[in-house]
Amino acid sequence: MDIKDIIKPENKVYGKSPVLTDNIMHYCPGCSHGTVHKLIAEVIDEMGIQDKTIGISPVGCSVFAYNYLDIDWQQAAHGRAPALATATKRLCPDKYVFTYQGDGDLASIGTAEIIHACNRGENIVVIFINNAIYGMTGGQMAPTTLLGQVTATTPYGRRADLNGFPLKITELIAQLEGTCYVTRQSVQNAASARKTKKAIRKAFENSAMNKGTSFVEVVCTCNSNWKLSPVKANQWMVENMFPFYPLGDMKDR
Amino acid sequence: MAEKILMKGNEAIARAAIHCGCDGYFGYPITPQSEVMETLMEEMPWETTGMVVLQAESETSSINMLYGGASCGKRVMTSSSSPGISLMCEGISYLAGAELPCLVVNVVRGGPGLGTIQPGQGDYFQMVKGGGHGDYKCIVLAPASAQDMYDFVSKAFDLAFKYRTPAIILSDGVIGQMMEKVEMSEQKPRWTDEEIKKNSPWACTGKTNDRKQNIITSLALDAAVHEKLNERLQAKYKKMEEEDVLFDSYMTEDAEHLLVAYGSMSRICQSVVETARENGIKLGLLRPITLFPFANKEIDRLVPQLKSIMSVELSAGQMVEDVRLVVNGRIPVNFYGRLGGIVPSPEEVYEAFVKSIK
Repeated sequence: MDIKDIIKPENKVYGKSPVLTDNIMHYCPGCSHGTVHKLIAEVIDEMGIQDKTIGISPVGCSVFAYNYLDIDWQQAAHGRAPALATATKRLCPDKYVFTYQGDGDLASIGTAEIIHACNRGENIVVIFINNAIYGMTGGQMAPTTLLGQVTATTPYGRRADLNGFPLKITELIAQLEGTCYVTRQSVQNAASARKTKKAIRKAFENSAMNKGTSFVEVVCTCNSNWKLSPVKANQWMVENMFPFYPLGDMKDR
Repeated sequence: MAEKILMKGNEAIARAAIHCGCDGYFGYPITPQSEVMETLMEEMPWETTGMVVLQAESETSSINMLYGGASCGKRVMTSSSSPGISLMCEGISYLAGAELPCLVVNVVRGGPGLGTIQPGQGDYFQMVKGGGHGDYKCIVLAPASAQDMYDFVSKAFDLAFKYRTPAIILSDGVIGQMMEKVEMSEQKPRWTDEEIKKNSPWACTGKTNDRKQNIITSLALDAAVHEKLNERLQAKYKKMEEEDVLFDSYMTEDAEHLLVAYGSMSRICQSVVETARENGIKLGLLRPITLFPFANKEIDRLVPQLKSIMSVELSAGQMVEDVRLVVNGRIPVNFYGRLGGIVPSPEEVYEAFVKSIK
């Protein structure tokens, strides 16, 4: 049998979402961003909302998210994505508006914007990538860095007395009246990626129903800055991140 | 028919915003301009024109809301006063870099720091020279009356969209708080979705199959690309200097001496010119309306007939530097300014002027 006999439309079981562009991703091999981008693209494609979705990209590694998802994008100043999303959604209520933010962007410099956007119950989707480190600037301590975790600015490990405690921002967000759906997921294997995709889909659907803010944290790896292989990074995440940042829905109404 | 009613300069800003078809106002309270948002909340334009009005959690957030709204091709604005504007300068730099039109109103108070809630003109450098990081400039309009406050809102939006760049109304506590009669225009409709797509094809209106994705960003890591962006910005600023300089002249035709003043100080200087004329001194007044682009050519044209120029400001001497750049040492350029929120009387300015030419 020739290969051409196999590659036929009727035999196709899986394909790249048309919402993903053909641009080669700049992310490190093993990085979780690519997987989460793919899941968002699939949700947008399956819901048929490519022409109705506006993404807000942050400052950090995923600043270039606009190169990979073929939708209209706004690139925000560091931490301010929820403010952009607020105005965008209020001025264009027929659009699906989502922010894509890392832990430094969302949980450090942008705490005011995320808390107030969530508390106002803006009908937006927040995708929060928590890999407990600053990626793009070269592996400095993030607000979510675990105690004892070694980073470029905690070379002897994070100490509570010197650096304060890791911030469980998602637990805090879940307390806010304006949020309708707050969940923490991961993408280290097919099963967890499927659950994350479901969560993203639910968040986008909530947005259409004007239920308030939907917040999806994805606990991720940054194997380059953690200085681990992709496989070991996943193991480290399961063993160290999950106990402190337990997975699951915190709020769903 | 046009309605003429008594109102504060700050109220005029709010009413003009509704009437000119503004899509959204995002602000944070600060004296002496809080009446702008208060008036908007009272008027409830979301019930009539559909204009969005939102009190943000900070000035930082307000200006980034403008970035979001402007990215969608909407006509969006904010207002604040000096300390709040300092917080916004990061965002204004991003808006300029991403080539987004919007309107920022600064009702200036005395600084530095928390300063005073009394009027000032000490934000000239910040507004006219950029304020945030990088090589950018904003169009800056300086109103001198409540009527100007009203009229400049629509004018500022037109200029902001002409150049795809932030426009500033640089007012002060006197103009913001002073009550005057204002003639209002008829209600203009907000742009429809179709008009936005036509007027601003670059905007985030949702990626359809007939066009490429629209990306609003000020980021360009490739040096060659980033130089091109900066050259495009500089070309815009040059075009503004060629096409959109605005100023008012008062008795400059035969003037031997010239006062240069903007905003509230230009009103006071008009009285000074009258007093001088009564005393046989040929004094004139140049009132720059756009502070950037500046009335360079007009000042340059007047220099040969002049013996001296005096810049009068509620600052320690900011606009005077721009006057000196044009004059370039040909005649004396003097300065009179008051600080701390003190607004000088015409007599005080006249006295300073007479002293300056002795």
